[in-house]
Amino acid sequence: MNKARRNPANIIAAHSILILYTVIALFPVFVILINSFKTRRAIFREPLALPDAESFSTVGYETVFNQGDFFGYFQNSMIVTVASLFFILLFGAMAAFALSEYRFKGNTLMGLYLALGIMIPIRIGTVAILEMMVNTGLVNTLWALILVYTAQGLPLAVFILSEFMRQVSDDLKNAGRIDGLSEYTIFFRLVLPLVRPAMATVAVFNMIPIWNDLWFPLILAPAEATKTLTLGSQVFIGQFVTDWNAVLSALGMAIFPVMVLYVIFSRQLIRGITSGAVK
Amino acid sequence: MTALSLKTVNKSFGSVHVLKDIDLEVEDGEFVVFVGPSGCGKSTLLRVIAGLEDATSGTVEIAGEEVNTVPPAKRGIAMVFQSYALYPHLTVRGNMALGLKQEGQPKQVIEERVAEAARMLSLGEYLDRRPSELSGGQRQRVAIGRAVVRQPKLFLFDEPLSNLDAALRMNTRVEIARLHRTLAASMIYVTHDQIEAMTLADKIVVLRDGRVEQVGSPMELYNNPANRFVAGFIGSPAMNFLPAEMVGGAKGQMIGIRPEYLRITDQGRFQATVTHVENLGGDTNVLATTDDGHPVTLRLFGQHSIRPDKIIGLDYDDAESYLFGEDGERVTAA
Repeated sequence: MNKARRNPANIIAAHSILILYTVIALFPVFVILINSFKTRRAIFREPLALPDAESFSTVGYETVFNQGDFFGYFQNSMIVTVASLFFILLFGAMAAFALSEYRFKGNTLMGLYLALGIMIPIRIGTVAILEMMVNTGLVNTLWALILVYTAQGLPLAVFILSEFMRQVSDDLKNAGRIDGLSEYTIFFRLVLPLVRPAMATVAVFNMIPIWNDLWFPLILAPAEATKTLTLGSQVFIGQFVTDWNAVLSALGMAIFPVMVLYVIFSRQLIRGITSGAVK
Repeated sequence: MTALSLKTVNKSFGSVHVLKDIDLEVEDGEFVVFVGPSGCGKSTLLRVIAGLEDATSGTVEIAGEEVNTVPPAKRGIAMVFQSYALYPHLTVRGNMALGLKQEGQPKQVIEERVAEAARMLSLGEYLDRRPSELSGGQRQRVAIGRAVVRQPKLFLFDEPLSNLDAALRMNTRVEIARLHRTLAASMIYVTHDQIEAMTLADKIVVLRDGRVEQVGSPMELYNNPANRFVAGFIGSPAMNFLPAEMVGGAKGQMIGIRPEYLRITDQGRFQATVTHVENLGGDTNVLATTDDGHPVTLRLFGQHSIRPDKIIGLDYDDAESYLFGEDGERVTAA
């Protein structure tokens, strides 16, 4: 390490900026968590105070668990997010591999066509999507959401991944072909591990909007059995009265799974960058 | 038997014609080197032979069988790449064994062949390491080992030494030459480094713009180049070309003299001003410009103290010069 980077003043400056940023970023989460453990009165009297013996209350959590099927909503959100991410990554990577690896007529056009979705918000087509789901009988199933989210995530995934796959050494793929590996083995065993950082990026980008989405669950799958967590939490937000204890508790619990997924993906991201592959 | 035979092979990428009517025979056990400037199609030709690219027209035969539609893995070839192209997720052993596993060889055979290759390339102690834990030279030896274990009918090398530093390059070059002797295998080797070409080859194929310019043994090409391009490409420093008019020849023709055959005399056929001197210890390269502005290079043996700006007279023997016509072709017995 060189001297400039070891300079204590620089280290302190860098760390204080990072710590400041962390505090700002974590502050809303912190406020949600502390207030979810307070009585309604205490939330409004002193929003920033920690819960103490007098103001401590788990009434929010109790409401959440007693009203509606919280674990069911949670499970639905989880299934929808994980399945959508899986399909986005699988199909996105496969399309990106084909676009970057094979020369065929209309390759560039196909790439542009697949990337077009980045520029067109999928919500514009909500009515048509709803009609389609009604006709195929997929309304009020999790599949309706998984299909829509996969379609929504694919353009960006194809765009990012094909750029990364172009950088994977041709020699490596050719070595595999000479050793008799099938194109699928080359894709799954040689290319995918090398673009893992890009896959993690795509996953993180797609995960949060899917997890937080209210629009499509409300329109395509509002039934009790298929409600997602975000939609389920809306029960507590009324036009005139909002049960803040319950809302904050539900939000508090909704944060954790995304955080766990994020930690998993970001670790992949770091491992992908540090693993030595081709020279 | 011929290890490889190419008949009027053409290759185009869209409207770009990369290989033009390539005809070539490689005998069993022969070491053939493809040389040429970058973009001349030598790597593409190797890829066509390997089956990584399809020939647009023409036939490729390996060991007497037409292989135009045979996938790379079934052509009986093995290839060593410039960037090593080792599988990052496998150990050295796994890298070498993968091709054999895909062929469905029994475990015992795989083990024996890997052990044999590891012994030949002194990789024994690295067998359980991953490519990321090896140095550049070791990685390239693993890549060569991966080719050796397959016992191919034809080895293909695609600029295997370009990523190595000078000392390693020399060692690995010697190692490849030794490997060729011990295995008595047919090898095709692509390079733009003419030292590799001259030292390794039984036969050199000089390519330019997708055409074969000349095929011959290294000394044949050096002593008897068919045209100006080959004459200029083989030999280092490159051959000097001067208009024949300057020394009383026909207009338009060029005279070629190798730097080692030019000598300094007081009454030379022409004069030149020294512009730069490279002292290499063993020999000395003198760069000069003739009176009418043509650059010439001299290679003198031993050490000489010549200063820039000195005017020197130059001479050569007619028997050691080459005459090229206006079209660049060699003119003999002019």
